[in-house]
Amino acid sequence: MKNRKNHRRSPKTVAATFALLPFYLFVLIFVLGPLIYMLALSFMTRDGWDAIGTFTLDNYVRIFDPVYIHTVIESLKLACISTALVILIGYPFGLCCAFLPGKWPSFFRWGQMLPYFVNSLLRLVGWIIILRANGLLDMLLMKLGITEEPLRLLYTYPAVIIGMVYVLLPLMFLSVQQVALQLDHTLIEASRDLGAGPVRTFFSVILPLTLPGLKTGILLSFIPSMGLFFIAAILGGNKVVLLGSLIEEQLLRAHNLPFAAALSVFMMLLTGLVSFLLLEHKRKGLK
Amino acid sequence: MKKHRISFAYAIIMTVLTYLPVAVVALYSFNAGRLTSVWEGFSFVWYQKLFADASIAEAIGNSLFLGIMSSVLAAVLATTAALSMPNASLPCKRAAEWTALAPMIIPEIVLGMIFLSFFSLLHLPFGMLTLFIAHTAFGIPYIYTEVRAALVSLDNSIPDAARDLGAGPLTAFFTVTMPMLFPAILSGMFLSFAMSFDDVIISIFVTGVSVNTLPIKIYTQLKTGLSPEIFALCTLMVLVALFCTLTAAFLRQCYRKKSKNHTAPMPISVHNKKDTPAIINTDNDNPQ
Repeated sequence: MKNRKNHRRSPKTVAATFALLPFYLFVLIFVLGPLIYMLALSFMTRDGWDAIGTFTLDNYVRIFDPVYIHTVIESLKLACISTALVILIGYPFGLCCAFLPGKWPSFFRWGQMLPYFVNSLLRLVGWIIILRANGLLDMLLMKLGITEEPLRLLYTYPAVIIGMVYVLLPLMFLSVQQVALQLDHTLIEASRDLGAGPVRTFFSVILPLTLPGLKTGILLSFIPSMGLFFIAAILGGNKVVLLGSLIEEQLLRAHNLPFAAALSVFMMLLTGLVSFLLLEHKRKGLK
Repeated sequence: MKKHRISFAYAIIMTVLTYLPVAVVALYSFNAGRLTSVWEGFSFVWYQKLFADASIAEAIGNSLFLGIMSSVLAAVLATTAALSMPNASLPCKRAAEWTALAPMIIPEIVLGMIFLSFFSLLHLPFGMLTLFIAHTAFGIPYIYTEVRAALVSLDNSIPDAARDLGAGPLTAFFTVTMPMLFPAILSGMFLSFAMSFDDVIISIFVTGVSVNTLPIKIYTQLKTGLSPEIFALCTLMVLVALFCTLTAAFLRQCYRKKSKNHTAPMPISVHNKKDTPAIINTDNDNPQ
């Protein structure tokens, strides 16, 4: 630190400052600027297609209007259900992959990492073919004699949940496996040696040690789950409305910028609160 | 041993399920018939139709142009920033760094919303320019984190050695530091290109009426109905995204290996650890 202060006016510092300037300005104008504008916008009044600078809290009050708060609650419910399923499926997946011998953990890690870089919309198209009435799933189930009639899952609530879990699962898997890979296996052996059964070993050794990964996974799957409006649109046939869908609708169809901004701020606060609770807990857990 | 077998079976099932929808789409893009309920034989007819469609060709052109331009600008900005960050003296530069990384964690829909409202405040014409700015903004963090991570693992004694041997600061930079960073920059660029090339949500908000990118085209067509052409398009896009990601990973492997030869420990940069859990720093943790 001291060193840097001594060199403050050296040519190196001047050169570095100039080199940093374009990035600095770009970030300031095109990232920070929009963020601040969103905050300001959420307190403005709507005026036709535009917003005017009269200060108001109406946009925030409007979120608690029965129509909209219903959407928020539904959205939260869906996020909770999907996150719970992601935990139930993804946590064991990440854990058991980490314990596999040889190159297998990194093989499965790659297997889950690749989809992250392919747009989820593209990956979801396949589910339309699978879930649609008389689609692949229906054909399979009827051939196996499990169901008599087609399930017609597409455009239902379960279809949206399947889509959510499918999109969010890699995130949970990756964060759990990352922590589980660093787990000291001798601790598990020690616990077994000292007479703990597999269940007790899991709850008193494995679970506490992989909890940070689980929490990161919850964070990474819960936060986006309220905004994935296109899943609701293409798998739920607009029957399921998410907070994200509401923002999209207010923005592109109703052209109510201030309300959309208020909803966005609300959404960021909500996700921020969830992250805070999870991370706060994590910090306490470390002590 | 038995425990392993169950874990293994579970992992295999999950991996198959992960790729099943993608495989189904790829399979049906080669179906000669229009319906997804019947298989009418193998054919390339939908790919031919796809390439004959002028609006698709235009969208492909737009997406390529946008992806390349935005990742180049993001690379220039992010690399100069990563290099000069420790020495520069600007107010709140750390805050600027965190702000630059923010697009990685802000929900995409909120990003789209804020860009849309901000660009209309500035009266920017919606179209390629706005897409370009938005894609650059969310491409920067991917390149920045890559380059920072590479810089941290870079052995500082090598550029110093070059200076000792008589190279000027610029020569040392361009002949020593730059080549060592190049894989990291390239790998970040491939990631940001992949992100730009298949971004739907943000693009929908910031594009104008006249400019279509490939993902926007897919989304709008999906809402009206399924056609095997879309399956063919999806298959192509998945291939492009996979190619970019694998190339990025390969390049990252290159500089990891290089830096391992020079420095013993692999330090992890602060923001890489905190800001982007699991995604970016995922493959540096082999316990064996």
